[in-house]
Amino acid sequence: MALSPYFSLAVLFVAALGFGLAPLGLAWLWARVYSPAKPNAVKNAIYECGMESKGDAWMQFRSAYYLYGIIFLIFDVEAVFLLPFAVAFTGLGAAACAAMLVFVLLLVEGLAWAWAKGVLTWQWKDRVQVSGVRD
Amino acid sequence: MAVDQNLKIELGKQGIFVTTIEELYNWGRRSSVWPMNFGLACCAIEMIATTMARYDLARFGAEVFRPSPRQADLMIISGTVTKKMAPQVVRLYNQMPEPRYVIAMGACAISGGPFKQGYNVLKGIDRYIPVDVHIPGCPPRPEALLEAFITLQEKIDAQPLTGNDRPRFLDAEAQGEFPVPVPGEHDLEPPSNKGVWTVPVVIR
Repeated sequence: MALSPYFSLAVLFVAALGFGLAPLGLAWLWARVYSPAKPNAVKNAIYECGMESKGDAWMQFRSAYYLYGIIFLIFDVEAVFLLPFAVAFTGLGAAACAAMLVFVLLLVEGLAWAWAKGVLTWQWKDRVQVSGVRD
Repeated sequence: MAVDQNLKIELGKQGIFVTTIEELYNWGRRSSVWPMNFGLACCAIEMIATTMARYDLARFGAEVFRPSPRQADLMIISGTVTKKMAPQVVRLYNQMPEPRYVIAMGACAISGGPFKQGYNVLKGIDRYIPVDVHIPGCPPRPEALLEAFITLQEKIDAQPLTGNDRPRFLDAEAQGEFPVPVPGEHDLEPPSNKGVWTVPVVIR
Protein backbone atom coordinates (compact mmCIF):
# COMPACT_ATOMS: atom_id res chain seq x y z
CA MET A 1 0.00 0.00 0.00
CA ALA A 2 1.48 3.31 -1.12
CA LEU A 3 1.58 6.08 1.46
CA SER A 4 -0.45 9.16 0.73
CA PRO A 5 1.77 12.12 -0.28
CA TYR A 6 0.08 14.08 2.51
CA PHE A 7 1.17 11.57 5.18
CA SER A 8 4.25 13.59 6.17
CA LEU A 9 2.06 16.69 6.53
CA ALA A 10 -0.24 14.79 8.88
CA VAL A 11 2.74 13.72 10.99
CA LEU A 12 4.00 17.31 11.13
CA PHE A 13 0.52 18.52 12.07
CA VAL A 14 0.29 16.10 14.98
CA ALA A 15 3.81 17.04 16.09
CA ALA A 16 2.94 20.77 15.94
CA LEU A 17 -0.23 20.17 17.92
CA GLY A 18 1.71 18.23 20.54
CA PHE A 19 4.36 20.95 20.70
CA GLY A 20 1.67 23.50 21.53
CA LEU A 21 -0.48 21.40 23.84
CA ALA A 22 2.19 19.52 25.81
CA PRO A 23 3.45 22.60 27.76
CA LEU A 24 -0.15 23.52 28.61
CA GLY A 25 -0.84 19.99 29.80
CA LEU A 26 2.38 19.86 31.80
CA ALA A 27 1.62 23.23 33.40
CA TRP A 28 -1.86 22.00 34.34
CA LEU A 29 -0.41 18.80 35.78
CA TRP A 30 2.21 20.75 37.72
CA ALA A 31 -0.45 23.00 39.21
CA ARG A 32 -2.52 19.96 40.20
CA VAL A 33 0.36 18.19 41.88
CA TYR A 34 2.34 20.98 43.50
CA SER A 35 0.54 24.28 43.97
CA PRO A 36 -2.51 24.26 46.21
CA ALA A 37 -5.17 26.82 45.31
CA LYS A 38 -5.89 29.24 48.14
CA PRO A 39 -8.65 31.55 46.97
CA ASN A 40 -10.14 34.18 49.27
CA ALA A 41 -12.53 37.09 49.02
CA VAL A 42 -9.83 39.77 48.61
CA LYS A 43 -8.02 37.75 45.95
CA ASN A 44 -11.17 37.07 43.99
CA ALA A 45 -12.34 40.68 44.06
CA ILE A 46 -13.29 41.98 40.63
CA TYR A 47 -11.54 45.33 40.76
CA GLU A 48 -7.75 45.10 40.74
CA CYS A 49 -6.48 48.60 41.46
CA GLY A 50 -6.13 48.21 45.22
CA MET A 51 -9.41 50.00 45.88
CA GLU A 52 -12.60 48.28 46.91
CA SER A 53 -15.36 48.52 44.35
CA LYS A 54 -18.58 50.09 45.55
CA GLY A 55 -22.00 50.61 44.07
CA ASP A 56 -23.53 48.83 41.15
CA ALA A 57 -21.99 48.51 37.71
CA TRP A 58 -25.46 48.60 36.15
CA MET A 59 -26.03 52.32 36.54
CA GLN A 60 -28.09 54.25 34.03
CA PHE A 61 -26.76 56.99 31.79
CA ARG A 62 -29.01 59.66 30.37
CA SER A 63 -29.66 59.17 26.68
CA ALA A 64 -29.04 62.87 25.89
CA TYR A 65 -25.40 62.27 25.21
CA TYR A 66 -26.27 59.50 22.79
CA LEU A 67 -28.43 61.90 20.76
CA TYR A 68 -25.66 64.51 20.80
CA GLY A 69 -23.23 61.87 19.64
CA ILE A 70 -25.35 60.62 16.80
CA ILE A 71 -26.10 64.14 15.51
CA PHE A 72 -22.41 64.96 15.63
CA LEU A 73 -21.63 61.77 13.73
CA ILE A 74 -24.15 62.57 11.00
CA PHE A 75 -22.73 66.04 10.42
CA ASP A 76 -19.20 64.71 10.60
CA VAL A 77 -19.96 62.28 7.79
CA GLU A 78 -21.73 65.04 5.90
CA ALA A 79 -18.52 67.10 5.98
CA VAL A 80 -16.68 64.17 4.39
CA PHE A 81 -19.13 64.26 1.48
CA LEU A 82 -19.18 68.05 1.28
CA LEU A 83 -15.44 68.41 0.88
CA PRO A 84 -15.10 66.56 -2.48
CA PHE A 85 -18.29 68.29 -3.58
CA ALA A 86 -16.74 71.70 -2.87
CA VAL A 87 -13.46 70.75 -4.58
CA ALA A 88 -15.22 69.56 -7.76
CA PHE A 89 -17.89 72.28 -7.61
CA THR A 90 -16.89 74.22 -10.77
CA GLY A 91 -16.94 71.09 -12.91
CA LEU A 92 -20.33 69.80 -11.73
CA GLY A 93 -23.58 69.86 -13.62
CA ALA A 94 -26.96 71.10 -12.40
CA ALA A 95 -28.18 67.57 -11.62
CA ALA A 96 -25.21 66.90 -9.31
CA CYS A 97 -25.77 70.21 -7.52
CA ALA A 98 -29.45 69.41 -7.05
CA ALA A 99 -28.61 65.94 -5.65
CA MET A 100 -26.18 67.49 -3.20
CA LEU A 101 -28.74 70.12 -2.21
CA VAL A 102 -31.30 67.39 -1.45
CA PHE A 103 -28.70 65.58 0.64
CA VAL A 104 -27.92 68.71 2.67
CA LEU A 105 -31.62 69.61 3.01
CA LEU A 106 -32.39 66.14 4.36
CA LEU A 107 -29.78 66.61 7.06
CA VAL A 108 -30.94 70.15 7.83
CA GLU A 109 -34.45 68.77 8.21
CA GLY A 110 -33.12 66.23 10.73
CA LEU A 111 -31.35 68.99 12.63
CA ALA A 112 -34.51 71.12 12.68
CA TRP A 113 -36.43 68.12 14.02
CA ALA A 114 -33.87 67.50 16.75
CA TRP A 115 -33.89 71.20 17.64
CA ALA A 116 -37.71 71.25 17.84
CA LYS A 117 -37.59 68.16 20.08
CA GLY A 118 -35.31 70.02 22.46
CA VAL A 119 -32.41 67.59 22.07
CA LEU A 120 -29.91 70.43 21.69
CA THR A 121 -30.79 71.86 25.11
CA TRP A 122 -28.67 70.14 27.71
CA GLN A 123 -30.76 69.52 30.83
CA TRP A 124 -28.29 69.03 33.62
CA LYS A 125 -30.84 68.45 36.36
CA ASP A 126 -32.29 65.32 34.72
CA ARG A 127 -28.98 63.54 34.99
CA VAL A 128 -29.11 63.37 38.77
CA GLN A 129 -32.69 62.12 38.78
CA VAL A 130 -32.20 59.46 36.16
CA SER A 131 -28.83 58.03 37.09
CA GLY A 132 -28.94 58.62 40.81
CA VAL A 133 -25.24 59.48 40.80
CA ARG A 134 -25.53 62.04 43.59
CA ASP A 135 -26.58 60.03 46.60
CA MET B 1 21.02 17.19 45.56
CA ALA B 2 20.83 13.85 43.82
CA VAL B 3 23.71 14.49 41.43
CA ASP B 4 27.22 15.14 42.67
CA GLN B 5 28.34 18.65 41.67
CA ASN B 6 31.74 17.54 40.35
CA LEU B 7 30.19 14.69 38.36
CA LYS B 8 27.75 17.17 36.88
CA ILE B 9 30.55 19.48 35.73
CA GLU B 10 32.46 16.50 34.33
CA LEU B 11 29.37 15.32 32.41
CA GLY B 12 28.76 18.87 31.21
CA LYS B 13 32.24 18.92 29.64
CA GLN B 14 31.26 15.80 27.70
CA GLY B 15 28.05 17.46 26.48
CA ILE B 16 25.65 15.72 28.87
CA PHE B 17 23.53 17.98 31.05
CA VAL B 18 22.01 16.58 34.20
CA THR B 19 19.47 18.40 36.34
CA THR B 20 16.68 17.84 38.83
CA ILE B 21 13.07 18.96 38.52
CA GLU B 22 13.58 21.24 41.50
CA GLU B 23 16.56 22.94 39.87
CA LEU B 24 14.78 23.29 36.54
CA TYR B 25 11.68 24.66 38.22
CA ASN B 26 13.58 27.20 40.29
CA TRP B 27 15.61 28.23 37.25
CA GLY B 28 12.36 28.88 35.38
CA ARG B 29 10.87 30.84 38.25
CA ARG B 30 13.88 33.02 38.95
CA SER B 31 14.37 33.80 35.26
CA SER B 32 10.86 35.12 34.74
CA VAL B 33 9.97 37.21 37.75
CA TRP B 34 7.50 39.79 36.54
CA PRO B 35 7.32 42.88 38.75
CA MET B 36 4.16 44.84 39.26
CA ASN B 37 3.90 48.24 37.60
CA PHE B 38 3.58 50.06 40.84
CA GLY B 39 5.50 53.01 42.30
CA LEU B 40 4.81 54.88 45.50
CA ALA B 41 7.29 57.76 45.73
CA CYS B 42 10.72 58.97 44.63
CA CYS B 43 12.25 55.46 44.81
CA ALA B 44 9.98 54.62 41.87
CA ILE B 45 12.13 56.91 39.71
CA GLU B 46 15.17 54.78 40.53
CA MET B 47 13.09 51.66 39.84
CA ILE B 48 12.16 53.07 36.41
CA ALA B 49 15.83 53.87 35.77
CA THR B 50 16.69 50.26 36.63
CA THR B 51 14.36 48.98 33.93
CA MET B 52 15.75 51.30 31.26
CA ALA B 53 18.64 50.66 28.88
CA ARG B 54 21.48 51.86 31.13
CA TYR B 55 20.85 49.43 34.02
CA ASP B 56 18.65 47.02 32.07
CA LEU B 57 16.71 44.82 34.47
CA ALA B 58 15.75 42.80 31.39
CA ARG B 59 19.10 40.98 31.71
CA PHE B 60 17.57 39.12 34.65
CA GLY B 61 14.26 38.34 32.99
CA ALA B 62 12.29 40.95 34.88
CA GLU B 63 11.55 43.58 32.25
CA VAL B 64 7.87 42.73 31.95
CA PHE B 65 6.21 45.16 34.36
CA ARG B 66 2.60 44.07 34.65
CA PRO B 67 -0.16 46.63 35.18
CA SER B 68 -2.34 44.06 36.97
CA PRO B 69 -1.58 42.22 40.22
CA ARG B 70 -3.06 39.08 38.65
CA GLN B 71 -0.08 38.75 36.32
CA ALA B 72 2.69 39.92 38.62
CA ASP B 73 5.13 37.89 40.74
CA LEU B 74 7.12 40.64 42.42
CA MET B 75 5.97 43.72 44.27
CA ILE B 76 8.63 46.40 44.60
CA ILE B 77 7.54 48.71 47.42
CA SER B 78 9.31 51.74 46.00
CA GLY B 79 8.77 54.58 48.41
CA THR B 80 6.94 55.91 51.43
CA VAL B 81 3.88 53.92 52.40
CA THR B 82 1.40 56.26 54.04
CA LYS B 83 -1.27 54.89 56.32
CA LYS B 84 -3.81 55.87 53.70
CA MET B 85 -1.99 53.83 51.06
CA ALA B 86 -1.15 50.77 53.19
CA PRO B 87 -4.57 49.04 52.84
CA GLN B 88 -4.32 49.35 49.06
CA VAL B 89 -0.79 47.91 49.04
CA VAL B 90 -1.85 44.95 51.19
CA ARG B 91 -4.93 44.38 49.04
CA LEU B 92 -2.82 44.38 45.87
CA TYR B 93 -0.41 41.94 47.50
CA ASN B 94 -3.34 39.67 48.31
CA GLN B 95 -4.50 39.81 44.71
CA MET B 96 -1.17 38.65 43.33
CA PRO B 97 -1.02 34.94 42.52
CA GLU B 98 1.41 32.71 44.40
CA PRO B 99 4.39 32.50 44.34
CA ARG B 100 4.80 36.19 45.10
CA TYR B 101 7.76 38.15 46.36
CA VAL B 102 8.26 41.57 47.90
CA ILE B 103 11.26 43.87 47.73
CA ALA B 104 11.08 46.75 50.21
CA MET B 105 13.02 49.47 48.41
CA GLY B 106 14.50 52.35 50.33
CA ALA B 107 14.48 53.65 53.88
CA CYS B 108 10.76 54.57 53.80
CA ALA B 109 9.54 51.14 52.76
CA ILE B 110 11.73 49.51 55.40
CA SER B 111 11.01 51.73 58.38
CA GLY B 112 9.33 54.99 57.42
CA GLY B 113 12.73 56.53 56.73
CA PRO B 114 13.03 60.29 57.12
CA PHE B 115 9.26 60.48 57.61
CA LYS B 116 9.20 57.94 60.44
CA GLN B 117 8.02 60.54 62.96
CA GLY B 118 5.13 61.55 60.72
CA TYR B 119 1.67 60.72 62.02
CA ASN B 120 0.56 59.45 58.64
CA VAL B 121 3.51 57.28 57.65
CA LEU B 122 3.61 53.51 58.05
CA LYS B 123 6.81 52.50 59.82
CA GLY B 124 7.75 49.76 57.39
CA ILE B 125 5.60 47.67 55.05
CA ASP B 126 6.86 44.47 56.74
CA ARG B 127 4.27 45.18 59.44
CA TYR B 128 1.63 43.78 57.10
CA ILE B 129 3.21 41.67 54.37
CA PRO B 130 6.24 39.36 54.37
CA VAL B 131 9.21 41.11 52.74
CA ASP B 132 11.83 38.97 50.97
CA VAL B 133 14.56 41.56 50.45
CA HIS B 134 15.10 44.93 52.13
CA ILE B 135 17.30 47.52 50.42
CA PRO B 136 18.49 50.52 52.42
CA GLY B 137 19.13 53.86 50.76
CA CYS B 138 17.34 57.14 50.20
CA PRO B 139 16.77 56.40 47.40
CA PRO B 140 18.80 53.25 46.66
CA ARG B 141 20.82 53.43 43.44
CA PRO B 142 19.66 51.23 40.55
CA GLU B 143 22.66 49.01 41.28
CA ALA B 144 21.22 48.42 44.76
CA LEU B 145 17.90 47.35 43.27
CA LEU B 146 19.74 45.01 40.90
CA GLU B 147 21.61 43.59 43.91
CA ALA B 148 18.29 43.08 45.68
CA PHE B 149 16.91 41.37 42.63
CA ILE B 150 19.90 39.04 42.38
CA THR B 151 19.51 38.30 46.10
CA LEU B 152 15.88 37.41 45.47
CA GLN B 153 16.91 35.15 42.60
CA GLU B 154 19.38 33.38 44.89
CA LYS B 155 16.61 32.97 47.44
CA ILE B 156 14.29 31.46 44.83
CA ASP B 157 17.07 29.14 43.68
CA ALA B 158 17.48 27.74 47.19
CA GLN B 159 13.78 26.98 47.74
CA PRO B 160 13.03 23.24 48.06
CA LEU B 161 9.99 21.70 46.37
CA THR B 162 9.19 19.30 49.15
CA GLY B 163 9.88 18.96 52.86
CA ASN B 164 8.96 21.03 55.86
CA ASP B 165 10.88 24.15 54.83
CA ARG B 166 9.22 24.40 51.43
CA PRO B 167 7.92 27.87 50.59
CA ARG B 168 4.42 29.05 51.48
CA PHE B 169 2.89 28.65 48.04
CA LEU B 170 3.64 24.91 47.96
CA ASP B 171 2.13 24.33 51.40
CA ALA B 172 -1.62 23.78 51.42
CA GLU B 173 -1.85 24.64 55.12
CA ALA B 174 0.17 27.86 54.99
CA GLN B 175 -1.54 31.21 55.24
CA GLY B 176 -2.57 32.63 51.88
CA GLU B 177 -4.48 35.72 52.91
CA PHE B 178 -2.96 38.67 54.68
CA PRO B 179 -5.55 40.80 56.52
CA VAL B 180 -6.11 44.20 54.95
CA PRO B 181 -5.86 46.93 57.63
CA VAL B 182 -8.63 49.48 57.93
CA PRO B 183 -8.23 53.11 59.07
CA GLY B 184 -9.12 53.36 62.76
CA GLU B 185 -9.53 56.35 65.03
CA HIS B 186 -5.82 56.94 65.65
CA ASP B 187 -3.98 54.32 63.61
CA LEU B 188 -4.57 51.51 61.19
CA GLU B 189 -6.52 48.61 62.66
CA PRO B 190 -4.73 46.33 63.40
CA PRO B 191 -1.48 48.36 63.75
CA SER B 192 0.50 45.32 62.53
CA ASN B 193 0.00 41.74 61.39
CA LYS B 194 1.23 39.61 64.31
CA GLY B 195 1.79 36.61 62.06
CA VAL B 196 4.23 38.53 59.89
CA TRP B 197 5.88 41.00 62.23
CA THR B 198 6.65 40.87 65.94
CA VAL B 199 6.12 44.04 67.89
CA PRO B 200 9.50 45.08 69.34
CA VAL B 201 9.67 45.44 73.09
CA VAL B 202 10.98 48.82 74.19
CA ILE B 203 13.47 48.47 77.04
CA ARG B 204 14.15 51.71 78.94
